[in-house]
Amino acid sequence: MILDVILFYGAALVAIASGLFVISQRNPINSAFSLIITMCSLAVMFAMLGSGFIAVLQVVVYAGAIMVLFLFVIMLLNAKQEEGERMGGIGRAGIILGVILAIQSVMVVWKGSSILPANHRDTASVDVARGLFSDPRFLYPFEATSILILAAMVGAIVVARKEKGK
Amino acid sequence: MHAFETAHASFVQVALAVSAFLFVIGAIGVFVRRNVITVMMCVELMLNAVNLAFIAFSRAHGTIDGQILVFFVFTVAAAEAAVGLAIVIALQRNREDLDVDSFNLLKG
Repeated sequence: MILDVILFYGAALVAIASGLFVISQRNPINSAFSLIITMCSLAVMFAMLGSGFIAVLQVVVYAGAIMVLFLFVIMLLNAKQEEGERMGGIGRAGIILGVILAIQSVMVVWKGSSILPANHRDTASVDVARGLFSDPRFLYPFEATSILILAAMVGAIVVARKEKGK
Repeated sequence: MHAFETAHASFVQVALAVSAFLFVIGAIGVFVRRNVITVMMCVELMLNAVNLAFIAFSRAHGTIDGQILVFFVFTVAAAEAAVGLAIVIALQRNREDLDVDSFNLLKG
């Protein structure tokens, strides 16, 4: 029981710390590796919130596939370290906006979490499959995602293709 | 049993707070970073924060809908990463630069 709490809070701390690392590193490779750590600790949090299937998907799809794609592109393009800060005061504006957003979200979580229901239930992958395939609210969008992925595949190939005669 | 339940209730609240913080970190990163690949990674960080909020609400309400929405977010994020990185490769090929401030052809 106490081990649960330690593991959950530890994962939360690691997620926030590595999230801060993502935006404080100048080298994109370091950012990418920090993002992988964030995603793995988020997978721990997903599993401890009772959705094991999504936790596995998080590791396989996000930390595995998408981040490998990012690392592949970073190494392919040989991305350099950033030099200097962002120009035009947009960086400072972003920090101010971020602080406002942080205050807002802390207030929403603080005020809102007292009215949360507490119908806690662990779910298996069977429940996710049943919800996905037996509910027409989700079945048709699920079929539509296949078209989305096909379009993304074709689009990625067309955009990244080298044009002839160049 | 009672202590167990309260511990889990606080899990949901902690998850929502972590989700808010990660979203803010990602939003700040979009503004302060100059490399277009890092900016895309910050967008992924924001998507992950939203996924955590979905899972926490799914837990609190005892329904499966939030997890299925996370599933859809995964597929959209994969498609977005594929197309976005293809655009980055095309940019590198045509402009030989990855700084977001240098892409200003649409500026009047």
